[in-house]
Amino acid sequence: MKMTGAEMVLAAFEEEGVEVVFGFPGGAVLTLYDEIFKKGLRHILTRHEQGAAHAADGYARATGKPGVVIATSGPGATNLVTGIATAYMDSVPLVAITGQVARPNIGTDAFQEADITGISLPITKHNFLVKDIGELPRMMKEAFHIANTGRKGPVLIDLPKDLQVEQGDFVYPSKVEIPGYKPTYAGHPGQISKAAQAIRRASRPLLYTGGGVVSSGAQAELLTLSQQARIPITTTLTGLGSVPHDYELFLGMPGMHGTYAANHALNECDLLVAVGTRFDDRVTGKLDTFVPRAKIIHIDIDPAEISKNVVVDIPIVGDVRLTLEQILKRLANAETDGTEEWCQMVREWKAAHPFRYCQDSAECLKPQFVIEEIYRVTRDKGPILTTDVGQHQMWAAHYFRVNRPRKFISSGGLGTMGFGFPAALGAQVAHPDELVVCIAGDGSFQMNSQELATAVHYRLPVKIAVINNAYLGMVRQWQKYFYEGRYAHSSMAGSPDFVRLAEAYGAAGLRVASADAVTPTIERALEMDGPVLIDFQVDPEENVLPMVAPNTSIVEMIGGE
Amino acid sequence: MRRILTILVEDRPGVLTRVSGLFSRRGYNIQNIAVGRTIEPGISRMTVSVEADPLTVEQVVKQLNKLVNVLKVSDLTEEASIGRELMLVKIKADPVKRSDIQQMVSTFRGKIIDVSPDSMIVEVTGDDEKLQAFTLMMQEFGIKEIVSTGQISLLRGSKTMRDVKA
Ligand SMILES: Cc1ncc(C[n+]2csc(CCOP(=O)(O)OP(=O)(O)O)c2C)c(N)n1
Ligand SMILES: [Mg+2]
Repeated sequence: MKMTGAEMVLAAFEEEGVEVVFGFPGGAVLTLYDEIFKKGLRHILTRHEQGAAHAADGYARATGKPGVVIATSGPGATNLVTGIATAYMDSVPLVAITGQVARPNIGTDAFQEADITGISLPITKHNFLVKDIGELPRMMKEAFHIANTGRKGPVLIDLPKDLQVEQGDFVYPSKVEIPGYKPTYAGHPGQISKAAQAIRRASRPLLYTGGGVVSSGAQAELLTLSQQARIPITTTLTGLGSVPHDYELFLGMPGMHGTYAANHALNECDLLVAVGTRFDDRVTGKLDTFVPRAKIIHIDIDPAEISKNVVVDIPIVGDVRLTLEQILKRLANAETDGTEEWCQMVREWKAAHPFRYCQDSAECLKPQFVIEEIYRVTRDKGPILTTDVGQHQMWAAHYFRVNRPRKFISSGGLGTMGFGFPAALGAQVAHPDELVVCIAGDGSFQMNSQELATAVHYRLPVKIAVINNAYLGMVRQWQKYFYEGRYAHSSMAGSPDFVRLAEAYGAAGLRVASADAVTPTIERALEMDGPVLIDFQVDPEENVLPMVAPNTSIVEMIGGE
Repeated sequence: MRRILTILVEDRPGVLTRVSGLFSRRGYNIQNIAVGRTIEPGISRMTVSVEADPLTVEQVVKQLNKLVNVLKVSDLTEEASIGRELMLVKIKADPVKRSDIQQMVSTFRGKIIDVSPDSMIVEVTGDDEKLQAFTLMMQEFGIKEIVSTGQISLLRGSKTMRDVKA
């Protein structure tokens, strides 16, 4: 069928089941926007392209489907960069479509020209500059395929303005044939047998799992493995929710702000079963002190993750879910040597070393208390939680006990301040009937607070809890511990009145400054329609503890007694 | 240690940037790189010399394989292979030195391909070692300029790079 380039993009969206796109228009995508208008495709107009990228990311993390974001050439495209990099670092499927100047003008420093395929090369899984209308259907197909298979990630398509109006034949390929792209899904049977045997023999095994469990949907297999073989589990930030928080053998998060139980289990285990995770330095601490007593099994779909940071003994390249399934088959009715003594030990650690804080005066509000209360009040609703980056993010990981995957959405790898709120909007678009809560930092929130307009515009009833400590708290904390308390430019003096800021946009704003107001105010916010921001004015000098100093052993925990 | 990687890539715009960008981004040092066509249309072959320890090379190879346009990566370092590089050297050559130069060039089986009153251009091919030795000898006469292609390599015998495990 004859179609214009813009029509082809829309037709491809339809083929791919795209229900909503996030974006911001401009000169180089006017034709595409005209087509969006004509076809009535749902489009969420954010107030900044970065917001659109994070919203598409939040949508993808909340659903498992690729998020789609559109921006114009030049500044529109460069504004996507942080959002794309955020998705790349956490392996989130995203398709970004950018306008480009007309083909004859490429390379001439034309108005609003930026080499976005060059700029995004290191932060995309792959990208395309479409030069020939005949290539467009195939590239669209490949973009969605690459974004959402193997180790997922963002793919960018750069679409010159003149190509959007050019006519061509549209036949959407039914299959993709990319000779250089063949992800491995089935783990090697020999390696799987070895892994099963190692698990059977271990007396102090530990599962260390990450975002890969969420993206392959392996939570059931993971839990079964843990239950059958009696293996405790620790889960990274991006894996939170893939193991029910109240499961007896769940140890919480490992690493720099991990639990005592998780870090000590890592230190003592004799077998580490790493699943869909990448041995990030925030988890391992000083590498040569990491899991000193353990043999390591590493299951990951990306061969390049195997032995990248830590050399492993039994690598298995494959889909996490399929591989765990195979391991379970090999373990069925086999004798597992007792791990009960070990399980007992980690349970004792867990009981003896919970996270602690002290909400002793009504006046001085502790951020941990706020988050724990938000959790308590909303738990029956099973909300989707998003966070920004900083202390509040760690406290959310500690005190918000998520029980299901895709319910805890946070920028792990890139640690992008300003991610939480637009990501919450994306999650709310995906799940209009669910409660979406954003735990924001006062610093982070200001990086994308313009999206309040988006929330109001589309009546997205996200509840925003600004954990307002009047500091770039995490920076201040590092300055306290590692720079002798010199608080260089980490004060947030000059922040707006967040309540009035919300109100200026037409959203509701509430303020809480004392402990006894916390619960009733949360309850009130939940009863209100539309977006609500609560400004929680918390103790400015609270620290996230325990803490492991960078590049030290993870059992040297500051405040970890 | 110096490793020789050969890479088959789809001949798409930007593919060289993707490959070389990957090396620099991940902190691997390319010593030289040569690119040319193959008998299969649309497929180019790169030969990259990189200074790295075996673990790093393993990581380089895996990262290269993740590039969508990369079809195959082989490490030829441990294989029986032949490597050649072409070099052109412009040498100061006043008439009295000419015959000495000529003699040296023929020892290295090079060719004099251009002569002017006070200089000449010599073409030599060989592996890295030979070219270094030749350069050293020519320095005696005075080198004005050097250009070289970067090494290209093939496996000895009937085996091809497609038979080498990544
Ligand atoms: C875009 C960006 N810039 C800078 C940083 C470095 N950084 C990490 S945490 C942090 C402080 C965040 O402050 P706030 O949002 O108020 O959270 P808090 O730590 O106070 O809870 C900063 C500046 C970052 N992660 N992202
Ligand atoms: Mg703060």
